[in-house]
Amino acid sequence: MRSVMKLGAVKRDYQLWLMILPALATIFIFNYIPMYGVQLAFRDYDFSKGLTGGEWKGLFYFQQFIESYLFSDLMRNTFFISLATIIIGFPAPIILALVLNQIRRKSFKNVMQTTVYLPHFISVIVLVGMLNVLLSPETGIVGHLMKAIGLGHINLLASSNTFIPTYVISDIWQHCGWNSIIYLAALSSVDPQLYDSSKIDGASRWQTIRYIDFPALMPTIVILFILSMGGILSTGFEKIFLMQNALNLPVSEVIATYVYKMGIVSNQFSYASAIGLFNTIINFIFLYTMNTISRRVSDTSLF
Amino acid sequence: MEKISPRLGGGEILFRMVLFTICALIFLMVAYPLYFIIIASVSDSTLVSTGKVLLFPKGTSLFGYGEIFKDERIWTGYRNTLFYTSVGTLVNLLFTLPAAYVLSRKEFKARKYIMFAFVFTMFFNGGLIPTYLLMKDLHLTNTPWVFIVPFSVNVFYLIIARTFFESTLPPELYEAAAIDGCSHFVYFVKVALPLSKALISVIGLYYLVGHWNDFFTALIYIRDNELKPLQIILRDILLSNQVFASGAGTGGDSGGYAQKYADQIKYGVIIVSTLPILVLYPFLQKYFEKGVMIGSIKG
Repeated sequence: MRSVMKLGAVKRDYQLWLMILPALATIFIFNYIPMYGVQLAFRDYDFSKGLTGGEWKGLFYFQQFIESYLFSDLMRNTFFISLATIIIGFPAPIILALVLNQIRRKSFKNVMQTTVYLPHFISVIVLVGMLNVLLSPETGIVGHLMKAIGLGHINLLASSNTFIPTYVISDIWQHCGWNSIIYLAALSSVDPQLYDSSKIDGASRWQTIRYIDFPALMPTIVILFILSMGGILSTGFEKIFLMQNALNLPVSEVIATYVYKMGIVSNQFSYASAIGLFNTIINFIFLYTMNTISRRVSDTSLF
Repeated sequence: MEKISPRLGGGEILFRMVLFTICALIFLMVAYPLYFIIIASVSDSTLVSTGKVLLFPKGTSLFGYGEIFKDERIWTGYRNTLFYTSVGTLVNLLFTLPAAYVLSRKEFKARKYIMFAFVFTMFFNGGLIPTYLLMKDLHLTNTPWVFIVPFSVNVFYLIIARTFFESTLPPELYEAAAIDGCSHFVYFVKVALPLSKALISVIGLYYLVGHWNDFFTALIYIRDNELKPLQIILRDILLSNQVFASGAGTGGDSGGYAQKYADQIKYGVIIVSTLPILVLYPFLQKYFEKGVMIGSIKG
């Protein structure tokens, strides 16, 4: 009987292995083999000998990057853009969720939700294209609006002062609604008895938000905040790359776009890998630090 | 809820007014730019560029759409994107769902280690250059496969699917089926999948939108014009200002004429390229919250 059971288990397990095999294979090939290839950051790239055949250079390329005249600019830009995105962009979906959660009429809430989720599905190219046509100082509707209220002739996309605000605000416009879903889900799991008893105690709607809704969101807020801090040096490549132009380049060149230009465009593979690895390591340190702080302070942590 | 508080105090009235105002502002800020793109795409471009078109289309003209339908590049891009998106999403689901099912089975001993190996890739990766060189070595660059095979499993969606299977398939169900001689294959196809329509819709939509909007893959790995997806064509038109296939629109003698119509074509291209997603969106919208809730149970 036992052996029959065991045989059955093996047979079942072989099916399970077969079902997970495709996922396992792609993750191994496309995620783990490049990790092995990370050693390229410490080697020269030799076109004839391949990824791992070049001469060992140690930290040479890291040093080259840190000593390069672009280093401080790149670090500052990357750090500023993601910090601005986190500081301004992070609270927005929380506030939006608290607002949407107050709507009592189901149909009104549905219309609002459908509308605010929608921009999330627009591609980055279309979004940047929209910015180009809408913000154009001569022909765009925002350009006309700015002239009407006396702000004059400013090209928001081509000035180093306005690049970061434009980037952050358009980011909030596109993703704030979508990011609020997770908070709305957390709010929908609040025990309704809490609301009932607060009403009996004569609490106003402001007070319910302040003392019931907001505390209910706290664990979700902490987890998402740790995750976003882990990406402090990983501004999305696509949007910045597409928004770059000669005039805003002093503030818009970030690590990710520089890696692309060095590696894919100019074929300096080792140098670009070193920069990429440097970026990943700093992100990981940030994630780890934030996670440790949060575990000490609030008992909420990722790992 | 309403029944408990029949009286509307001054505070409650004020609250409702503030709430309504905030909601109306949010609605306008999100919806108006989208609405404006639509009316601008069918309006006379001179009126649009001088700021005369605000609420309703003026001087209706379908010139922009006419030019778009004549443009070979857009058709090629559309065809390529449709292919990459449909086959890509299918492969995504074929790889992700069975794996998620396996990882949801408690009796699968290796699941802890495999899960760790998967999650690790969310925080650490080889970076752009080693990945690029790998694709080159595998001869995937400049082929349609580069859109379909690599990264066909998104670990985040895999976790959502695993959590869904764990929470919706009661263990007794499998035990009962196993006693009747049901194998994992059969159980997965005949029982697990039919119970997971909401999950398949949500994850399918995520993957589908990802493929449709993906331009990074093509930017890095594709050189051949015949293989370029719609998003790359859009970049040429919207951002590099190569509005007309003939190459006009970047200045020169025809500059005045071209620039006048270029913007209208841009508005139209935005609509044409986003339409398929917008058509699907209302059908799947009801599943979004469910999808996120599934994923956030155990993250």
